[in-house]
Amino acid sequence: MKACDAVVIGAGHNGLIAAAYLARAGLRVVVVERSEAAGGCGATEEVWPGYRVDTGAHSLTGIDPRVMAGFGLKEAGPRGAGLDLMSPAPCVVSPQPEGEALILERDPARTADLIRPFSARDAARWPEFVRAMSRASRALGVLYGTLPPRLAGAGRGDLWELLRLGAKMNRLGRRDALELMRLIPMTVEELLHEWFESEALKGTLAAEGIRGICQGPLASGTGYMFLHHMVGAGGVVRRRRQVRGGMGALGDALRRVAVAAGAEVRLGHEVASIRVEDGHATGIALAGGGEIAASRVVSSADPGHTLLGLVDPGELAPEFLRALDNIKYRGVVAKVHLALGEPPRLRSGGDAAQTALPGGDVAQAALLAGAAITVAPSIHYIERAYDDAKYGRPSVRPVLDAVLTTALDPSLAPEGCHLLSVASQYTPFRLTHGSWNAERREALGDAVVQALTEHIPNLEGAILHRHVLTPADLADRFALPEGNIHHGEMTLDQVFLGRPVAGWARYRTPIDGLYLCGAGTHPGGGLNGRPGGGAAARILRDLK
Amino acid sequence: MRVPSAVRGTPFHERTGPLCQAGNWRRWAGHFAASSYEPTHEHEYQAIRSACALIDVSPLYKYRLSGPGAAALANRVVTRDVDRQDVGRVYYTPWCDAAGKVRDDGTLHRLGASDFRLTSAEPTLTWLHENARGLDVNIEEETERVAALALQGPRSRDLLRRITDGDVAELRYFGVMSARIAGIAAEISRTGYTGDLGYEIWVRAADAIPLWDALTAAGGPFGLAPAGMLALDMARLEAGLLLVDVDFIPAHRAIIEGQKSSPYELGLGWTVSLEASNFVGRAALRAERARPPAWRFRGIALDWESLEAAYATVGLPPQLPGTTLRDSVPLYAGGRQVGYATSRGWSPTLKTYLGLAHLEAESAVVGTALEIEVTVEHRRRRAGATVAKAPFFDPERKRATP
Repeated sequence: MKACDAVVIGAGHNGLIAAAYLARAGLRVVVVERSEAAGGCGATEEVWPGYRVDTGAHSLTGIDPRVMAGFGLKEAGPRGAGLDLMSPAPCVVSPQPEGEALILERDPARTADLIRPFSARDAARWPEFVRAMSRASRALGVLYGTLPPRLAGAGRGDLWELLRLGAKMNRLGRRDALELMRLIPMTVEELLHEWFESEALKGTLAAEGIRGICQGPLASGTGYMFLHHMVGAGGVVRRRRQVRGGMGALGDALRRVAVAAGAEVRLGHEVASIRVEDGHATGIALAGGGEIAASRVVSSADPGHTLLGLVDPGELAPEFLRALDNIKYRGVVAKVHLALGEPPRLRSGGDAAQTALPGGDVAQAALLAGAAITVAPSIHYIERAYDDAKYGRPSVRPVLDAVLTTALDPSLAPEGCHLLSVASQYTPFRLTHGSWNAERREALGDAVVQALTEHIPNLEGAILHRHVLTPADLADRFALPEGNIHHGEMTLDQVFLGRPVAGWARYRTPIDGLYLCGAGTHPGGGLNGRPGGGAAARILRDLK
Repeated sequence: MRVPSAVRGTPFHERTGPLCQAGNWRRWAGHFAASSYEPTHEHEYQAIRSACALIDVSPLYKYRLSGPGAAALANRVVTRDVDRQDVGRVYYTPWCDAAGKVRDDGTLHRLGASDFRLTSAEPTLTWLHENARGLDVNIEEETERVAALALQGPRSRDLLRRITDGDVAELRYFGVMSARIAGIAAEISRTGYTGDLGYEIWVRAADAIPLWDALTAAGGPFGLAPAGMLALDMARLEAGLLLVDVDFIPAHRAIIEGQKSSPYELGLGWTVSLEASNFVGRAALRAERARPPAWRFRGIALDWESLEAAYATVGLPPQLPGTTLRDSVPLYAGGRQVGYATSRGWSPTLKTYLGLAHLEAESAVVGTALEIEVTVEHRRRRAGATVAKAPFFDPERKRATP
């Protein structure tokens, strides 16, 4: 059998983007995916007849614009991928304990008006905050667009790269770069405290700083996490993007793009092992039998599974194995999907007596327009939710990110029905007592519904079906290590130079021709496609 | 109140303790080791070179690798090709970290197809376990369980033949065999740290005293004497053998990169089998092999006349070291420092002042004239030295099988 130039493991967005770039550069590329659908964590499944549920991610923040434009993802017609993205004007609805609700939009002036009932001072500061954070996230974006520099054993080429990176940062203004250095190790609580007094506003924003990590908002590095989500989002308030037809359409579009570029995508084939001969990756063996010979193997699976699960450990040095063993995953996200027989009504918007409260009917309108519901009414609330996870228990009152996906796309549910997709945190993968089972899964579903019902009184009565995915379920379904949605916790020690492990932050591995291209590599997870693009660039550079 | 000592006696201590007139003990891997038994070590050295000597080497770290994956583990760790090692053979070998820098050296005894004994200077259990991932191998530390005696010197074979049922005479250089010595089950390997004819005997710790007694009872006619570390150190210098922490620093304990050495830089290139299975550090060593190493490990011999001249300036004859010196001193060529000598000493057998040295490659050609720093009456001076081939002392009997 003739060897191909690259075999890509996994047809998630990063795998497909890497494959598309490599194929476009003229390489013979085969993508192998264990599931029957492309898209990885961007998955749409018919959980109940007539319902198309985003079982993984339910919002798209920012696929790298270079990918969007470079492959014509949004272009319609036979040559374009035809990805249809929809965005509501209001982005976030954050219901509060007294029934009022804070709403955030993209436009800073409008959002300032929405903040004013909570704090006139905060409202006045909002536009400046947006500018400051945008500058900081732009500086972070520069780091994300470059390879992490090699520090130990750096050669002349590395120094040149470092200089170029320095020059790029300098062009942004030294003050922004310094400010970024200051913000990165901060806690998101400290960061927000410098600007705001409203608990509602701080809680809503702080929820972005803890997404996917087993840390509370009082932990160092959550300031960085807050900025991470803003890179590519083009503002402090994440533009909530939803894919028409469900998130799975993103995978389909990327698969079309990869195939159009010349790659072959084989679904329903699980990789059993990566073949290594004399220190070089030479292909893969399939679980169902058969092998694919390739000059290089590019894995979008997580670093642990790739290097500890698929490679013979004898090929790797103990120091490296030790570093892999020590990667923290600690998944904390669970998904709950609710089929509803009537639209959810916020406490503030549903009761005529309360429409006078801040946000009132505007909040209900925002919800029905497709804004995400954030349940994180204060930093204290988030920290309390984290306290449970710290001791290995799911949060009694979890932090929630809920989306009524049918608001923007009614085709996702039968006529007159609605779909609410909820990401719940903190739900530790490892429990102190016992492990995940059917009983605990249902208890988790109950806790999430209860926490939502505080703000959506008609919720329980409206539920037609309920579907719960614990971190253990997510781990199985999407091959997420310990259920971690980012293929490795994005704590400060595990980003940039330390992602996936220190000394190997440049997509290569100690095995020649074996590359990593998944969320476990720089600059990390969150459906942005940058690891896939970065890895492809690295591989193409190595070809020269 | 009696405070328990952090240092233990070896399984032979019951015998070596009373013999040590000098009271000159040192610590070796947590055990008492006699530096010399007599007040000076000269007789002990002469026993090694002219008769036979008994050296307690029990503090060596010892590991037993067994099971289906034992050979694979050995191949994974050491730089030599274990696939080519026959049962009954011993390999001297270093082992490296991923960067190809030497962590330690020792001997690998193939006692069976899937049964190995590895000796080391450094604790190695964790390293073995870390390399055993995915292998079906049993790793057992036998440092305490196994006692070891080195019987070294030109008469060692004659003595051993007297008291063992095995065909020791036929045991080739770097061979290992099982035999009984005065009824005690033992492995006998034709190895040692003296560069002379000699054996190392491995027995259960419980059999240590009977073994000692059997050897000493039979040893009289062969001039057998117990020898300590000072005598051994002189012999190993003559034999050009490396000493950990003196001639190289284990890579995992080095504080800076410059303290680490590759096998090529230690003159151990002959032990590196780049075509063998993928041992730790192979990729780095392959890359290093592609270019000549920047450093070499060589012998040096000091020039007597210039040494005499250096001491004559203060009216003294050359002052010679009675023991092997282990401090590092600079070496020069053409007025520039080109290396350093790590072990130095007077060879009573060769009547030469010798050293082991790390030299930049261009100054490491045998015969190159160097200068070595010598301290004469508190003042730094230089004496001449010549790059020489190690081992300095390499008698035919070391390898010969009669």
